[in-house]
Amino acid sequence: MALLELRDISKHFGAIEALRGVDLDLERGEVVGLMGDNGAGKSTLVKCIAGNFRPSTGEIRLDGEVQHFHKPADARERGIEVVYQDLALCNNLTAAENVFLGREPKKSYGPFKFLDYAQMYTRSGEIFAELKSETRPRDLVKRMSGGQRQAVAIARTRLKDAKVVLMDEPTAAISVRQVKEVLDLILRLRDKGMAVVLISHRMPDVFTVCDRVVVMRRGTKVADKAIADSSPEEVTGLITGAIRAA
Amino acid sequence: MADSTQHSATVQDFARIDEVTALKERTIAQKVFASQPFWVTIALILICLIMNWVEPTFLTSGNLYNITRNFAFIGIMALGMTAVILTGGIDLSVGSVMGLVGVVCGLLLQAESHWAVAVLAGLATGALAGAVNGVLIAYLRLPPFVVTLGMLSVARSLAVVLSQNKMIYEFGPYADQFNWIGGGQILGISNPVWMLVLLTALFGLVFNFSAWGRYLYAIGGNENAARLTGVPVDRIKLQAYVAAGLTAAIAAVMIVGWQGSAINALGTGYELRVIASTVIGGANLMGGEGGAYGAFVGAALIEVIRNALLMAGVDSNWQGTFVGAFIVLAVLLERIRGKKSD
Ligand SMILES: Nc1ncnc2c1ncn2[C@@H]1O[C@H](COP(=O)(O)OP(=O)(O)O)[C@@H](O)[C@H]1O
Ligand SMILES: [Mg+2]
Repeated sequence: MALLELRDISKHFGAIEALRGVDLDLERGEVVGLMGDNGAGKSTLVKCIAGNFRPSTGEIRLDGEVQHFHKPADARERGIEVVYQDLALCNNLTAAENVFLGREPKKSYGPFKFLDYAQMYTRSGEIFAELKSETRPRDLVKRMSGGQRQAVAIARTRLKDAKVVLMDEPTAAISVRQVKEVLDLILRLRDKGMAVVLISHRMPDVFTVCDRVVVMRRGTKVADKAIADSSPEEVTGLITGAIRAA
Repeated sequence: MADSTQHSATVQDFARIDEVTALKERTIAQKVFASQPFWVTIALILICLIMNWVEPTFLTSGNLYNITRNFAFIGIMALGMTAVILTGGIDLSVGSVMGLVGVVCGLLLQAESHWAVAVLAGLATGALAGAVNGVLIAYLRLPPFVVTLGMLSVARSLAVVLSQNKMIYEFGPYADQFNWIGGGQILGISNPVWMLVLLTALFGLVFNFSAWGRYLYAIGGNENAARLTGVPVDRIKLQAYVAAGLTAAIAAVMIVGWQGSAINALGTGYELRVIASTVIGGANLMGGEGGAYGAFVGAALIEVIRNALLMAGVDSNWQGTFVGAFIVLAVLLERIRGKKSD
């Protein structure tokens, strides 16, 4: 039994069919590259898994159990973490506040609950150190470099030991050295037994770290095969439609 | 930029990284100097000293008592407005809601209701008006400007209809208790000022140390991000408008008690003074920036300048001109500051 099973997932926004009958299995300790042209439905698929969207039809099973996520917190509760495409950061908050956004640790004083800033700073500092990032917990995100912002977004997925980590274009808009750090991190997550989905436009990234590549075109899955059995040329053909399916 | 030799990930290095990075973060003093409320406070003190030099009656306890009480009503409303503005919204209806709440309280007292009933009904009216604004804005996704402009008209018209366009001043058997709430004083400081101080502390605490407060900032900073990470954006926005309605109601209860009468024109034009207070205190109309102390000191500055102009013999009808100019100036200043820090 796969860790995460998607069966016949469709999602439409009014007349737009963003996803049509997508099936996907994720195994523990596996990195899957999800590729496709702009508008192919990759982000929509990730948001369905993460509880941002409810699929119009279809079923999501985690550890064999059918899931109905109504909000992102439901999915997170079950061990699904996401790095969103636009990173989903609030520029006016600090790194630590962004890391904990939506699940702030609190301290009780009688009937009152206050944010536990001390814990937020130490814990996010530890995670940044673990990610080997030069990000400082108390700095405002608006003063940060692309790589530091990336680290903040990724740090969110490290708050709890997740089962599934979904990364929507985590290597867009960062430097080569930082790309390597993100890819190293993905391998570390995999070694801990997590399933990782890496959405990327960068062929070398996918062929370096992924075990499997899934290609989407106009809302449907057109290929799902082991990296060893594929090639960048074939994947490019699948993305553009030059090759219809594989 | 930190030295890369400090970034090996062995456990004992964590503390060292912390020590190094802590030094490079902005110190508290730097943060204070970069904050608008700090400079507004300085301006406030300077103006008071200058005024006292020109007009020695300025800093007498009598004049201070009046000035502080006058800005207390605006300051209380500015706190709720800050919650709304933090989310990137605006509430133009607070002045009219104040008028409606005043009439509701007046009518109940006139009908010989208990003062507590009048107060509770007043607060409920404010909260309800805020809730209507909030539902339309957060759940039906209508623009705050349009919704609260509509409420400005509706609430004022309801106030006129309910009061039958008459002044209400016969407050029944509980008049003294009710009037004490807004008109009384404790230890030489008027009750509205105590309320303002109390609420400023409360809002400051909530804005900075509660998840709810942080969510207001998150929504104003990047609403989409807040939504994606699971912040209950719609509910928080609704609650922000309820807070604005409630603070307008608190101010209304107190101002009616102080004046000992309710008129349906109460609070006319206050929305601009309230918005000006928050903006002068450093709130960003685009959302995500602002604070409780800023609202307090912004309200104080406007009132002190108004009082100074009056003492200088300037016709009080100029007030609207200078409040309007202040809003525009504060926003302009914000622009310039924003450009610098980017
Ligand atoms: N919230 C939304 N409302 C309406 N249409 C949407 C929404 N999100 C995505 N879409 C549409 O769904 C399709 C797939 O988009 P997306 O999943 O973002 O593609 P990708 O991430 O592969 O570039 C596009 O046609 C896009 O316009
Ligand atoms: Mg996308």
